[in-house]
Amino acid sequence: MKITGKAIPHESAEGHVSGRALYTDDLVGRFPGLLHAWPVMAPHAHALLIRMDVGPALEQPGVVTVLTESDAPGEANSGANRHDEPLFPTEVLHHMQPVAWVLGETLEAARLGAGCVLAQYEALPAVLTIPQAIETRSFHSGPFRMERGDAAAALASSAVRIEGELFLGGQEHFYLETQCATTWLDETGGVHAASSTQHPSETQEVIARVLALPRHQVTVECLRMGGAFGGKEVQANPYAAIAAMGTWETRRPVCVRLPRVLDMALTGKRHPFLARFSAGFDRDGRIEALRLELYSDGGWSLDLSEPIMWRAMFHCDNCYYLPNVEVTGWIAKTHKTSQTAFRGFGGPQGMVVIEDILDRAARTLGLKPEVIRERNFYREGQTTHYGQPVKDAARIPRIWEELQVSSDFAMRRAEVARFNAEHRHAKRGLAITPVKFGISFTATFFNQGGALVLVYRDGSVQVNHGGTEMGQGLHTKIGQIAAESLGVPLESIRVMTTRTDKVPNTSATAASSGTDLNGAAVVDACRQIRERLALVKADLAEDATFREVVEAAYRKRIALFAQGYYRTPEIHYDPKTGQGRPFYYYAYGAAVTEVEVDGFTGDHRVLRVDILQDVGDSVSPMMDRGQVEGGYVQGLGWLTLEELLWDEKGRLATSGASTYKLPSWAELPEDFRVAFLESAGEPGVVMGSKAVGEPPLMLAISAREALRDAVAAFGNGGLVTFDSPATPERVYWAIERSREGGARDTTTAAGHAVSHTA
Amino acid sequence: MEFLVNGRTVIAERIAAHETLLDYLRGQGLTGAKEGCAEGECGACTVAMVKPCGEGSAFVPVNSCLMLLGMAAGQEIYTVEGLARGGKLAPVQQAMVDHGGSQCGYCTPGFVMSLFAEHYRPGRTGPCDPHAMGGNLCRCTGYRPIRDAALSLGAAPEDEFSARLRRPGPAVDAFEQNGFARPATMGALFDLMAEHPEARFTAGGTDLVVENNLRGKRFERLISLEALAELRVFRETDDAVEIGAGLTLSEIEATWAGSPAVIGEWLALFASPLIRNRATLGGNLATASPIGDAAPLLLAMDASMRLASRSGERLVPLDEFFLGYRKTVLGAGEVIVSIVVPKPFAERLRFYKVAKRRMDDISTVAAAFALRLDASGVVKAARFAFGGVAATPVRVAKAEAAVTGRRWNDDAVVAAQTAIMETLRPLSDHRGSAAYRLAMARNLVEKFA
Repeated sequence: MKITGKAIPHESAEGHVSGRALYTDDLVGRFPGLLHAWPVMAPHAHALLIRMDVGPALEQPGVVTVLTESDAPGEANSGANRHDEPLFPTEVLHHMQPVAWVLGETLEAARLGAGCVLAQYEALPAVLTIPQAIETRSFHSGPFRMERGDAAAALASSAVRIEGELFLGGQEHFYLETQCATTWLDETGGVHAASSTQHPSETQEVIARVLALPRHQVTVECLRMGGAFGGKEVQANPYAAIAAMGTWETRRPVCVRLPRVLDMALTGKRHPFLARFSAGFDRDGRIEALRLELYSDGGWSLDLSEPIMWRAMFHCDNCYYLPNVEVTGWIAKTHKTSQTAFRGFGGPQGMVVIEDILDRAARTLGLKPEVIRERNFYREGQTTHYGQPVKDAARIPRIWEELQVSSDFAMRRAEVARFNAEHRHAKRGLAITPVKFGISFTATFFNQGGALVLVYRDGSVQVNHGGTEMGQGLHTKIGQIAAESLGVPLESIRVMTTRTDKVPNTSATAASSGTDLNGAAVVDACRQIRERLALVKADLAEDATFREVVEAAYRKRIALFAQGYYRTPEIHYDPKTGQGRPFYYYAYGAAVTEVEVDGFTGDHRVLRVDILQDVGDSVSPMMDRGQVEGGYVQGLGWLTLEELLWDEKGRLATSGASTYKLPSWAELPEDFRVAFLESAGEPGVVMGSKAVGEPPLMLAISAREALRDAVAAFGNGGLVTFDSPATPERVYWAIERSREGGARDTTTAAGHAVSHTA
Repeated sequence: MEFLVNGRTVIAERIAAHETLLDYLRGQGLTGAKEGCAEGECGACTVAMVKPCGEGSAFVPVNSCLMLLGMAAGQEIYTVEGLARGGKLAPVQQAMVDHGGSQCGYCTPGFVMSLFAEHYRPGRTGPCDPHAMGGNLCRCTGYRPIRDAALSLGAAPEDEFSARLRRPGPAVDAFEQNGFARPATMGALFDLMAEHPEARFTAGGTDLVVENNLRGKRFERLISLEALAELRVFRETDDAVEIGAGLTLSEIEATWAGSPAVIGEWLALFASPLIRNRATLGGNLATASPIGDAAPLLLAMDASMRLASRSGERLVPLDEFFLGYRKTVLGAGEVIVSIVVPKPFAERLRFYKVAKRRMDDISTVAAAFALRLDASGVVKAARFAFGGVAATPVRVAKAEAAVTGRRWNDDAVVAAQTAIMETLRPLSDHRGSAAYRLAMARNLVEKFA
């Protein structure tokens, strides 16, 4: 029975469209006496909390208590890696950082109560930008290094050198469901937390830490998330911990839900990056050397900034062989939100840099960007700068060629040139860019998955696994995998919510690995059950139904449930040497984007997108297409629209949906064509599939490069530089520079009074 | 207060003044509508209201987060829970399922409600228009499958919803409870205003309720203008068009048959359909925001404001209406009744909006230009009006004078641009730098030319 590979709707689709699918905040009405929480927030980016008096808040009607450090039975710190995230800080490290939480009978009572807490601060100087951090040597960690060959010597002897800087802005996750946790005491006195978290086991760990409880007293459950994108990998933890503290203290259910404006002010974002580079090329455009310094803006705490920096460094090659390379990474410590995981996890920043360098080289050498890209592709047998052989490197040129044919690339190049010759105030641009994205957690121990499969006597099946559903379709794929593995129809499978009391010690659903790890664990569990059933089946009629086989097995006293387990083989990485095989395999893809730019305003739109993505043998094509399209548009938002700005006091200036703009209908490419690479099964991965969550985001780099192509057409086709995101204003100034004869400077692309490097 | 939810009467008691329709519905267990932003940007809270339309009625999707509960008094609301019948999904729901229109699902009920209203839109032919969902944001799908779901839907079925729409929609009547008053006559309005001089006005609430939700502002006393027939006139004569201040932008679009092309372009750029379904023209002008999109176009069209108080009416030219940042000539006890736009309209009339996002964004710069030429191509009258470049929406009289009486050619364009560059002193903020704003003001004139 072939169930994997079928295009079926999301397993919760009917619940989504009918309003029946429940999210954490939807549980609130089930708990009489539930308390709501509101934070007391510091009005400084950096300050000492001198004194605090919660008394006036407690006098407010409806205020039940104010949570402070002394209410935590354990360690009041939610830091996932270093314990550097005090829940009740005495040194304020970013604007609006919570210093206490008010619990009220209503949200209104809690909010008004929070306004009555008297807090006194001594303001301190704040570090708000990467350049300021470099100047004051304010770093969380670094330098991290990866090296191959002799970059300095190769640079010195290269025929052409490209030097410059590039600033890449961050990105707000803007999951539609903000951070939320609802907690209560369970029937045996433990704490139950419903949390919108990508990592229930770590949420459990943090709650247990704060309450000084052994972990078996804490159950964390993720119903489903209304989007996450990395923003709930670690940053769900503090809010679940506050709710659990409130429940522990008051013995009542508590809900912590951040309204959008607080979610944006309090939670981390994609890391802004500053790149400084020198690259050497031969006259044919082959890259000979790259020396690259990457600085990420980590914000106030370390969070996941280290592995994010590693991934940026791993992916600064994208699909290109770099014979001599020296990459250094620093994580700036600034007084802003703590930047965190976001789809791509540093990979996108690394890739944009190398694509930017290649385009600069192409326009410097007078070559087509697609020509210089192709010349630098990895060949079979070559290894990356961190020492990993590039498995299936031949897929890069294969995808490249197939996509150029299917997108009519050459013909459209000519059409674009014709359009540009005929129009003075509007220009079109066309670009093709590839993606190679490493699949696996680079922290090797995370690469394990677990499952618990329960078969009932009527032949119905509950599947539990360690992965969480955030819209990516993991539960849909797991259902298909389980149905096929057991040989039952999809309707027999029920994929359960993710709970730490079903599968313990799980990894975050992150790094695009949800299906690879948990799907393989489900296969393992189903295999065991099937093998046991096979023993019974031999005694039954050939056409015995699954239900009949199961009932017979039960009567023969055969266990009808199994735990499954999987760990990714063959991977290892040593951060100290910067060498290893961190990835089990690579996911490949490429995109062609065509844009049109208005010369009066810099306004731009995407006319057509063609994508060819390597998803292996797709387990669930409708889910995979959804990931490819959605990832592309999210990347398009990051690179061309979404702009985070902080003011000189460290306040987020783009603090709500009316000032921070994500892609809307207008950004949907008018013509959007997506195809999967044929005959591309990935042996060794569940059902021959490949990870698809993150890689497509980076296909949107083709839109940035197409914009550059269009901007160049306003001038003489020479060098074009602009920082990211390519907002209409940045594109407009780039056009002005292009008209004046080419770029002079690479970092002052926008004339914002609000610092764009902030 | 009473209103209908999914066909059933609900009676809300002890409503808090700040409570929104969204909060109320969720508190009643109708958790399909979600709070995504609480400021009418994302549409996750969308519900459909039944509003009068011709002889019958229409479903009008709105942001329930931007409606205080009192605004729903006597109204008829449908939520996502009310669409499926007998365990069978409505066609719009099934289309979203079949096309993969949901991923995380959080925004989905909002999309479904916008699409539901579009599916049953009276007089619609052909497939559903995806732009009907222009007020709904999705972070997961990239919109393509939602677009395909809309395009797959043909005529609405003959069912209880279409039967409902053959009957009139509920009127907006007088209502008063807990500091929220909605008078139905001008006399009652002026009485209320005299009694509560501190009261704030509200109509659609698309600006005021944002203050309630995001800035914790609490309005002890509100006067809703929604039930006043005098504010809902629409009159077109040979000399002028008079638009009631209380008409929503969507109602203006639907009512103004044969409007000049610029009106359609302007409304499409103005705001999302969900906002246009509640926001009124009078409200946009009364807030006197420097970045409101109504003023620039109406300034270029020489519009006047008809203001009324107990002592009578007066007509104030719009370019005398704004006194400063969020300040107008409106006196105590005075309301905007209508906006009068004289005819004939200029033969060349355009509206431009520069923003980070092409649709449903706030203007970095808005501009409206009008030009009347004589037979020989000489400018009889010109209007250059802007938003986003000063403390109020402005006309640049110097530029208008510079081109009047001369041929409209490249030199005239440069003269207008020079005057504009000399006059405007915009500010820098998160939407754009001062230099960019000035460059846009200049460039849009050339684009217009």
